[in-house]
Amino acid sequence: MFYLIIAALVLLFVVIGLLVRAQVLIDIFTKSSEKRGGLSNQINGLLFPVFFVFGLAGFIWLTVSSKKYYLPDSASIHGVRTDELFWITMAIITIVFIATHLLLFFFPYVYQFKENRKALFYPVNHRLEFIWTVIPAIVLSLLVFSGWKVWSDITSEAPANSVVVEIIGKQFNWMVRYPGNDLSLGKHNYRKIDELNTVGIDFSDKNAFDDFMAGEVHIPVNKPILFKIRARDVLHSVFAPHFRLKMDAVPGMPTKFWFTPTITSADMKAKTGNPDFTYEIACTEVCGRGHFGMRIPLVVHEQAEYETWFKAQQSFLSKNPDYLKMVPDNLKKLAEESIQNNKKSTSVASLNKVSQSVAKSN
Amino acid sequence: MESIELQHHAHAVHGHGHDDHHEDHEEGTFLTKYIFSQDHKVIAKQFLISGIFWAIIGGTLSSLFRIQLGFPDADMSFLKPILGGWIEDGKLNPEFYLAMVTMHGTIMVFFVLTAGLSGTFSNFLIPLQIGARDMASGFLNMLSYWFFFASSVIMLWSMFIETGPASGGWVIYPPLSAVQTASPGSGLGMTMWLSAMALFIVSSLLGSINYVSTVINMRTKGMTFTRLPLTIWAFFFTAIIGILSFPVLLSAALLLIFDRSMGTSFYLSEIYINGEALPNMGGSPILFQHLFWFLGHPEVYIVLLPALGITSEIIAVNSRKPIFGYKAMIGSIMAITLLSFIVWAHHMFVTGMNPFLGSIFMFLTLIIAIPSAVKAFNYITTLWRGNIVFTPGMLFSIGLVSFFISGGLTGVALGNSAIDIQLHDTYFVVAHFHLVMGSASFFGMVAGVYHWFPKMFGRMLNEKLGYVHFWLTFVGVYCIFFPMHYTGIAGFPRRYYSFTSYDAFKTFGDLNSFISVAAIITFGAQLIFVFNFFYSIFRGRRAPMNPWRANTLEWTTPINPGHGNWVGEIPHVYRWPYDYSKPGADEDFIMQTVPFAETASSNLEGEEDLVEGEPIEKAHA
Repeated sequence: MFYLIIAALVLLFVVIGLLVRAQVLIDIFTKSSEKRGGLSNQINGLLFPVFFVFGLAGFIWLTVSSKKYYLPDSASIHGVRTDELFWITMAIITIVFIATHLLLFFFPYVYQFKENRKALFYPVNHRLEFIWTVIPAIVLSLLVFSGWKVWSDITSEAPANSVVVEIIGKQFNWMVRYPGNDLSLGKHNYRKIDELNTVGIDFSDKNAFDDFMAGEVHIPVNKPILFKIRARDVLHSVFAPHFRLKMDAVPGMPTKFWFTPTITSADMKAKTGNPDFTYEIACTEVCGRGHFGMRIPLVVHEQAEYETWFKAQQSFLSKNPDYLKMVPDNLKKLAEESIQNNKKSTSVASLNKVSQSVAKSN
Repeated sequence: MESIELQHHAHAVHGHGHDDHHEDHEEGTFLTKYIFSQDHKVIAKQFLISGIFWAIIGGTLSSLFRIQLGFPDADMSFLKPILGGWIEDGKLNPEFYLAMVTMHGTIMVFFVLTAGLSGTFSNFLIPLQIGARDMASGFLNMLSYWFFFASSVIMLWSMFIETGPASGGWVIYPPLSAVQTASPGSGLGMTMWLSAMALFIVSSLLGSINYVSTVINMRTKGMTFTRLPLTIWAFFFTAIIGILSFPVLLSAALLLIFDRSMGTSFYLSEIYINGEALPNMGGSPILFQHLFWFLGHPEVYIVLLPALGITSEIIAVNSRKPIFGYKAMIGSIMAITLLSFIVWAHHMFVTGMNPFLGSIFMFLTLIIAIPSAVKAFNYITTLWRGNIVFTPGMLFSIGLVSFFISGGLTGVALGNSAIDIQLHDTYFVVAHFHLVMGSASFFGMVAGVYHWFPKMFGRMLNEKLGYVHFWLTFVGVYCIFFPMHYTGIAGFPRRYYSFTSYDAFKTFGDLNSFISVAAIITFGAQLIFVFNFFYSIFRGRRAPMNPWRANTLEWTTPINPGHGNWVGEIPHVYRWPYDYSKPGADEDFIMQTVPFAETASSNLEGEEDLVEGEPIEKAHA
């Protein structure tokens, strides 16, 4: 196959070479290359408007036909605003795009070379230049201003009652940590990382005792959510396309992004008509071999549903009691209590779950 | 005017007949004449041919990874003869995919569009268009090429080592690029990448310093700054950008080298990788990004400005009209130069950088759209009521303006930090910069080759092949990059080996195949140009003295100028370079060497005063 391609290329060159020889001889014979504005000039002049017409048709066709592949409406409050801003900007630039190309592609046709015509000596017109400096300036200032307002709202401090989720990137998957019942994440230290404690939870901090890890991101709907983002090895970037959310994960420099989801996973399934619909988080900062596979699902629950899920989670310490030895002596008691409490609440939650499923099956 | 033309013509005939009698011609061996040459024209051709070589490599890489993206299920075993072990069970190795993407970016940005474009045309045109016998320092100029050559050798070599070339993207963000165990490409491949780039920066600086000093000091009599063709203005400011920004990349690379091999922590902090906690503390990966983009963004204009300069010249010549708003064009080049240094952090809106900085950089970024818009409008107005001759160079210049507009406009969306949250690092960005920076600059380069080939080699490129080349490439480029906006809006992230593991990015399979087919055909169409180029060097139609009936000084040199460019005295300049279709003139062009005294019928108000020639001398002094 490879050698076939090489052979085909060689053959192609030979054919082009022969054609060129023939064409050059004809040119010399007809002296066509000595005059400006011959047939070639007319064809080239005509092809620009032809390209414009076909290009525009392709543009419209592609726009209409690919609409179904776009992401659904944004599932976060700020995403609706950035989407709106995006489509307004797109509308403006599409108008400019078509208008300028109309001129750019029709002028060559209209003003193609003619022997008996002389071009207009028109070196400058300050008024024109003033107009097309000022108009873009005004349009751009409006866009900057509206963008700036949205941007400062998005990047403002997260509300104090935000649900905190910590997302940590490593080659090549995301890890998720929740603060547990005390609603505050324990400290972390990269030197404490090992096979099990993959995010380096520091058990000398009592806030860490009830922290739990999750295989998926679960969040309640219509509540402000604060993603605390970290990376363990190289750069990664949290990209939750349906929420119009993106923030780099940087080793040594925690970052954050807060947002309010507005559509539960169940509602999105109904809305898209896709029973398998899943919110996803992807990585958008190249991180090595598995970069394209750093997917983690995200589930948006109703508040009650979320609380049930939250209560059912086993804390890291109760799952891995070996780590009690990392706890300083003066806090050991507290840690053991925390494990007991967690065991109690998870068993109640799982009992509830069992009774719910029994009720459902009945 | 007649007499002067005749006079030059006589010189040309004379020069052609007796090559050896050139005043400044140095008799040399093959080695000093073609290899270690100090003649700016030969060095320009060296850069050009190296650039073409690199463009073929860069294009081949893109064709290879487009096969993967367009046809993820295809059996790629047929590529074993060139890729060897990188094909595993008929599949491309994902690490090598990233390596190819990285090398494609590096090669195209630096080796093709920086060295191939500035290196070729700044070298070739600056002395010829300002009326100088050579660069300020021919020796440094020669060194500039050979540093580039050494850099090329190392970069090319790195593609054939066992662990593969650098693979962290052309932006080589640490820690991926700094921690040698983070990926195979971060080992020896990265070391070679950094060494090659260090040499490249030296080459670029030697070149730029030469360009700036030549333009300032070596203009011929009467060639005031406001009589410089826009090409020279563009090269001049490009060189200034290079001098100010490339050293910053060098320092970024130097700190990275320290982090890689001497245990420093400029960019590294709190890293746990491969079962080991690294000792580095207190560094910041963001620092590297600031340093990198302090070059990286101006680099966009290093690549683009020469192309815009070339286009300004070619559009004016072939519209048979003065470029519209000459001073506004210079003003916008200056504004772009200045602004190019203060917009870099728009590449970093979502890196965790302080959001307030994001607001500032959004504002500055969108300002840069204004001088760019002025340029686009001025090009279009230059076409208006022209008498347009479609040489291949002209076609590519119009193509450039189209890409400049299409790609520039999407920059308005991306420069808005709120919108950028979603679009950052998606195919929308890929589409944006491939149009505005990649394709536009590439078209500028190709336009320049078609336009100045007669001056370079004394022969014409075949124009029919040029037309075919243009239309295939122009349509092809839009077929490749226009659809990418759509996959970008759908959220497809860039640098992905495959999209199948996500529900959100499973769609658009057909469109991706279409893009790949278009990319491969478009790349194939470039072979027409390669053929035309090498064929015409030897067998092309012999060029006349001034094939495009242009005004600038290079067309007053002999058809095959020797070292020193002009036989006898360097011509004086009496007017700006854009006196095309001047009312009252006999011809539709008046060369810069024609004094106003000889064009009484076409002189405008104010130009009568210049007849004596006195003010010119003063201006020059």
